[in-house]
Amino acid sequence: MTEQFEPLIIGFTCNWCSYRAADLAGTSRKQYPPNIRLIRLMCSGRLSPEFVLKALQGGADGVMITGCHPGECHYLEQNFKALRRFALLKRVLAQMGIEPERVRLVWASAAEGVHLAQEITDMVEAVRALGPLDWAGVASNGSAHAIPAAEIVGEEVSA
Amino acid sequence: MSENGKPKFGMYWAASCGGCEIAVLNIGEHILDVDAVFDIALWPVAADFKYEDVRNYPDGYIDICLFNGAIRTSENEEIAHLLRKKSKVLVAFGSCAYEGCIPALSNFTSKEATFKAAYLDNPSTDNPDGVLPQTVTEVPEGELYLPEFYNTVKALSDVVEVDYTIPGCPPEPHQIWAVLQAVVAALTQGAELPPPGSIIGAGNVALCEECERVKSEKIIERFYRPYEITPDPEICLLEQGMICMGPATRSGCGALCPKVGMGCRGCYGPLEGVEDHGARMLTAIASVIDVGKPGESEDEINRKLEEVLDTIPDPAGTFYRFSMARSILKRAKVNGDGHKGGAQ
Amino acid sequence: MKRISIDPITRLEGHGKIEIFLNEEGEVANTYFQVPELRGFEQFCVGRAAEEMPRITQRICGVCPEAHHMASTKTLDALFHVDPPSAAKKLREMFYSAFYCADHTVHFYALGAPDFVVGPEAPAAERNILGVIHKVGVDIGKQVIACRHRNHHVIEMVGGRGVHPVAGLPGGWSKAITEEERQEIEAIAKENIDFALFSLKIFEDVVLGNQGYVDLILSDAYTHQVYYMGTVDENNHVNFYDGMIRVVDPEGKEFAKYHPSEYREHIAEHVESWSYLKFPYLKKIGWKGLVDGKDSGVYCATPLSRLNASDGMATPKAQEAFEKMYETLGSKKVNGRYQPVHHTLAAHWARLVELLYAAERMVELITDKEITDPNVRTPITEKPDEGVGCVEAPRGTLTHHYWSDDNGILTKVNLIVGTTNNNAPISMSVKSAAKGLIHKGTVVTEGLLNKVEMAFRSYDPCYACATHSLPGQMPLEVVIRDADGAVTETLRQNC
Repeated sequence: MTEQFEPLIIGFTCNWCSYRAADLAGTSRKQYPPNIRLIRLMCSGRLSPEFVLKALQGGADGVMITGCHPGECHYLEQNFKALRRFALLKRVLAQMGIEPERVRLVWASAAEGVHLAQEITDMVEAVRALGPLDWAGVASNGSAHAIPAAEIVGEEVSA
Repeated sequence: MSENGKPKFGMYWAASCGGCEIAVLNIGEHILDVDAVFDIALWPVAADFKYEDVRNYPDGYIDICLFNGAIRTSENEEIAHLLRKKSKVLVAFGSCAYEGCIPALSNFTSKEATFKAAYLDNPSTDNPDGVLPQTVTEVPEGELYLPEFYNTVKALSDVVEVDYTIPGCPPEPHQIWAVLQAVVAALTQGAELPPPGSIIGAGNVALCEECERVKSEKIIERFYRPYEITPDPEICLLEQGMICMGPATRSGCGALCPKVGMGCRGCYGPLEGVEDHGARMLTAIASVIDVGKPGESEDEINRKLEEVLDTIPDPAGTFYRFSMARSILKRAKVNGDGHKGGAQ
Repeated sequence: MKRISIDPITRLEGHGKIEIFLNEEGEVANTYFQVPELRGFEQFCVGRAAEEMPRITQRICGVCPEAHHMASTKTLDALFHVDPPSAAKKLREMFYSAFYCADHTVHFYALGAPDFVVGPEAPAAERNILGVIHKVGVDIGKQVIACRHRNHHVIEMVGGRGVHPVAGLPGGWSKAITEEERQEIEAIAKENIDFALFSLKIFEDVVLGNQGYVDLILSDAYTHQVYYMGTVDENNHVNFYDGMIRVVDPEGKEFAKYHPSEYREHIAEHVESWSYLKFPYLKKIGWKGLVDGKDSGVYCATPLSRLNASDGMATPKAQEAFEKMYETLGSKKVNGRYQPVHHTLAAHWARLVELLYAAERMVELITDKEITDPNVRTPITEKPDEGVGCVEAPRGTLTHHYWSDDNGILTKVNLIVGTTNNNAPISMSVKSAAKGLIHKGTVVTEGLLNKVEMAFRSYDPCYACATHSLPGQMPLEVVIRDADGAVTETLRQNC
């Protein structure tokens, strides 16, 4: 019996809206797959692109970023920064050969537990369909051949 | 040390263009000072020492070796190991050795696609038998060898331990001379060298601090390709909508490119402590785009944002122009025929 | 079979190795000139924005980045269907002339001259620019250094940086020059003329004044009869920046003259599995292998080739030097044109003639009324699709060819680079030098192998650029004399 591929998704969730939404999903017994590992940031604007890159390079098959809806950011406008960074990062990732489904941005208010749980479920299935990313395999290289030293003929003769 | 007491100098090029060599020659008359202090032990562009000579040197024979060029082939890697063994101090000289530089743009594609483009699908090449370069070729007289072409370009520090790094493509001559002077002082007067692992021959702040253009607030509604506008000569290029990597790039070159109206492309590498140069530039650009105001609908914001981003052609190739080999992802995921795994 | 390796070859730009195979009789059975490097610009430039190409392709070579920058910029003109203002073209060509002054100086003094000034079989540790300076004196050394310094200063002033300039744009140049800058550059250009004449004098004294070297130059071991290629202006005079590509046959007759965009009708490239570098040849004749002659498609693109393919130089002092060179080497005029010189070592001389032309041309352009015109940009109005741009790199005809989508993102790239043109003749030159120098009983010294290397050095190869195999034995006596004329060594073969 073949084992089903279980994607590993890293979820960067902002403390104020979306982390509470995830909490709410839990207390509402709205299930979402255990494939996602949540990492709490104070704000989606805290997300440096390196977090996403490191997650993918480190073995994640996908990354989800969640934050407050535009206009509802606890720190006023920083989720706009997150949005701009995410949009530009997606274009860069596409050039790196990473399928768009592997990185997803979700706005979710503290009350939207069901919505967030559904997004997570959808994403897990989308990434499952794509298969493992296996970035360690992508970045590895062929081994070097030993170069046989050529036979040198002719000795040095002093002038 | 050496028979006559003079310290030994080595300079070697791996997958490089020779620009670092020319930059060293561009220290001008100081080359005579270098000659006075050092004996050359290896410098293929200028001197006739061969690999066999280097193999016969005692370990640590070369006091300072400036290694430029990226690691593209097995020969590059082999010589990197050889020179590490034969050198007291090994310097990753220039952007290629430091972070891959232009050759590492090849990490967006594959060896297979590269060979195809050069030898098979090439518009001016007549190769009906599909001959490709081989690591071993049988000829009537014996065997001929070529080094293996790696699929991924590496930085020098990926294959050997590096003592110091001098960034730049190429490092500017005044910086090279400053470093050589420090080395000479260390060798002849016992002066202290910087801590091992340091980046030397460059500044410690962003390029913007060296650039003389006037900077105000950055609120950018769109970007312009360099041929689309003639920028004002006094004002910050990024503020005028021209991509400039200055905010994310280490100073040291004197901000030469902005002086002639062309944006910085980041050849001096990232600032201290930065792991991924392209990501820093990405976030700098994203932060100054003026899109997304409270009150606008999410759809509207997304639409406007995509419109602005459409004015940046080839973001990955621009932000990672010099640093692919030292980035977090290191290369793109490509299929065998060189096509990207994901959407373009 | 016994094998001798020269690895790596030195005093050139780039990577290479020479494998010499000796048969049972101790004679050279064959030689292979292998280029072990490849970086893959033709592939990784796909997906890049077209206007970035002058700043990417210049990293093909840091010795001649100006050549790639210029070829690339001209390709963008063609790609975007835009014609730069006249002032921009003059500014570009002036900049390009300064580059030639710096580059040809480097080759002659640092790469080629050590063999002649210090001696081809002098100890390896002395056979380099520093050895040259020790021999000819620091004053001359400082003049060489000064020449490079002042010209790289011009390159930085006009192009942005001393190595890897950045100012090239489709439709022009990113920055004009001021009158103050113009005056500074004019003084530099005039110094260049003096220096070029001085360098020709050194060549006369050190090389032509040494019978051993003259014999070496004229020897069959360093002589090949191939086709010659160069760019010429409307008067069939050598031009580095722009013109038509002209090819003459080994007897000096014009074989082809075409616009650079038509290069694919004339040139094709052959592949061998033992080198990363391809072998261009003349398509209409075909690839017949690494052989000389009118029936072989092998052609050459060096300073000597450019002079051979032209009817002369466009500036007076250079024309004088041109005529002197051809007369001295015994070339006869046929139908008003000098017969080609087939002695590959004469490329060192041709290079100095070109140095003089570059200096004179630089003065012409920097004193042109238009050169400080602030208008150096023509706006782009058309969509890009396909373009070819060509210049003479110091090492040979350089061709860039780009295809792009509507948005100016490149979909395909083809490059035929200066030294690539010379892959076949270099192989052939190395083989005949080895065959001429190594025989049964020859003690193969390091200095002798250096003389084999001299066969490629006159081509001033640039293998970083490029990446992207003779008849019989002739009697040869080489007499090496020191600067006082005393014989230091005599090598004989077959006589």
